[in-house]
Amino acid sequence: MPATTETILGVFAHVDTTVRALEELKAKGYHDLTVYTPVPVHEIEDVVERDRPVSKVRIFTLLGALTGLASGWIITAWTSLKWGLIVGGKPAMGLPVSPPYVVIMFELMILFGGIATLIGMVTLGRLPRFSTSPSYDPRFSNDRFGVAVHCTPDRAASVREILRAAGAEEVRP
Amino acid sequence: MSEPGSEPRPIAGGAHVADPTFADVNRDVLATLRPPGNKYFAWMCLVALVLSCGFLAWAYQIFYGMGAAGKRTPQMWAMYITTFVFWIGIGHAGTLISAVLYLFRARWRTSIYRAAEAMTIFAVLTAGLFPLIHAGRMWFAYFLLPYPNQRYLWPNFKSPLVWDVFAISTYLSISTVFFIVGLVPDIAALRDASTGWRRRIYAMLSLGWEGSDRQWRHYRRAYGLFAALATPLVLSVHSVVSWDFAMALVPGWHSTLFAPFFVDGAIFSGFAMVLVLVLPMRKAFNLYAYIRDRHLDAMAKLILVTGLVLTYFYLCEAFTSWYSGDHFEKASLFWRLTGTYWWALATMYFCNCVAPLVLFSKKARTNPVILYIVSILVLIGMWFERFNIIVPSLAHDFYPATWGIYVPTITDSTIIIGSFAWFFLLFLGFIKLMPSLSIVEVKETIPAPMKDARHAGHH
Repeated sequence: MPATTETILGVFAHVDTTVRALEELKAKGYHDLTVYTPVPVHEIEDVVERDRPVSKVRIFTLLGALTGLASGWIITAWTSLKWGLIVGGKPAMGLPVSPPYVVIMFELMILFGGIATLIGMVTLGRLPRFSTSPSYDPRFSNDRFGVAVHCTPDRAASVREILRAAGAEEVRP
Repeated sequence: MSEPGSEPRPIAGGAHVADPTFADVNRDVLATLRPPGNKYFAWMCLVALVLSCGFLAWAYQIFYGMGAAGKRTPQMWAMYITTFVFWIGIGHAGTLISAVLYLFRARWRTSIYRAAEAMTIFAVLTAGLFPLIHAGRMWFAYFLLPYPNQRYLWPNFKSPLVWDVFAISTYLSISTVFFIVGLVPDIAALRDASTGWRRRIYAMLSLGWEGSDRQWRHYRRAYGLFAALATPLVLSVHSVVSWDFAMALVPGWHSTLFAPFFVDGAIFSGFAMVLVLVLPMRKAFNLYAYIRDRHLDAMAKLILVTGLVLTYFYLCEAFTSWYSGDHFEKASLFWRLTGTYWWALATMYFCNCVAPLVLFSKKARTNPVILYIVSILVLIGMWFERFNIIVPSLAHDFYPATWGIYVPTITDSTIIIGSFAWFFLLFLGFIKLMPSLSIVEVKETIPAPMKDARHAGHH
């Protein structure tokens, strides 16, 4: 198997032709695809995401939110035990939590959860990057859809054929 | 506005404009970023002038002391905290549109959400100035941060004022993250349509976004999670602000009604501010194809509903203070209705309860002039609502010897007018630097291009 792979890009003007190309490619066993869309489109997502697990961003959110909740509890409990400000004879720190501290815990939960979601989205989406990938075309942020197929050079011709047959406006290289 | 130039300029309301295509959206949004004309600079100059007056007044207050702002016991909160609460409330509509309506899949939100979200951030940035202005010696503003003093005493986390610091910092951070994440794919579109140094800047800001399936997959999931986090946050922020009052024992403040009352009022005033910003924006950028009558209608309906709920809260407030049988509560209410500030209360009732009733008429809901007038009245009414909560309650509390009337001074009035200039300066700058209409979200609501017409009805 040669070490080099080639990337064949098909540019589409319509959603249904893009979906047709994707179905055809998947049926023929090409799974190393990149699909470029100006907006998320259900029809395309249905094909692309069919055999993929759900995005892991939610794990980042959960861990971030739990960290925030724990930090809120720790900072309020630790400071009130360190310098007891006794009001109305109530314990400095109620168990499991004093009601006023719920506000701090809640806000930190949202804050940390949100920041962790951002970190998750950026790292999982392999961002930030300083330049776009070679197969990207500026039209993909406007009104064109792109299917980039990564394959071995000997299969390039058949990939081009599939893309053209599905209705690609342009196939390159 | 599918073909500008080939079609007559749509009249206000623009009911007869064609549906835009994907390419139209890019073109029309990019058109909003063209170098501005003289009118824009004239507005900028006016706003900058007012802002400079505000800064001069602030400098005078710092030099002379808080007496310049008319602060004397018991009126230590006066107009600064009134305006602080007002601006925090304004921000709420933006988060409601970007998070709550996103979760409810209300599709009409897409064409206004970017402007509303920018409004949220600028409103919170404006509100954030007031604790500094109000605290007087603003070079000690870092005292607000949760850290121990030299004797290892931490801030009292049981205090609503500390909650407020946490709530508002979180709100500002999460709103900003939400806003920037929404902007990323749009900035990628700007990058692809620009050249030279602009392209390089946009390339950096877009983080190298290219709309690949991997990026969208994580982006979409993250966006939903942000919305899910922002929804309870927006409800909590104004609740926490309301507890600044409700946790105190002052008659007129000490009420469990305050949290929902504040949140509802915040949404009410926020939508009014969205209309105040979006209506001129629609005219200036000729966005009639995107911001249509049904968008105005939907916003007007929300103003109407929140206005009616607010009226109910006013009745509840009066009823509970009468029904409580508490002498001080009843006296406070009576004095508010009949005392020095009766005109402020009358203004509030008129602007918040009577004026929005016009919106029962469908014609009024889609008429920009009427909507604009109602929105401005609502903003005035909501400012007075906060004034009526703070000033008359503090003026007459338990002990007649401490009663005192607050009279505004030129210094604090100028600072408050300057805060509006600060807000509008930020917004005016924003609409020329960033897409004020979301390219991606607007495209999501128009049918995706299909070759085979049989699929076209799918969306």
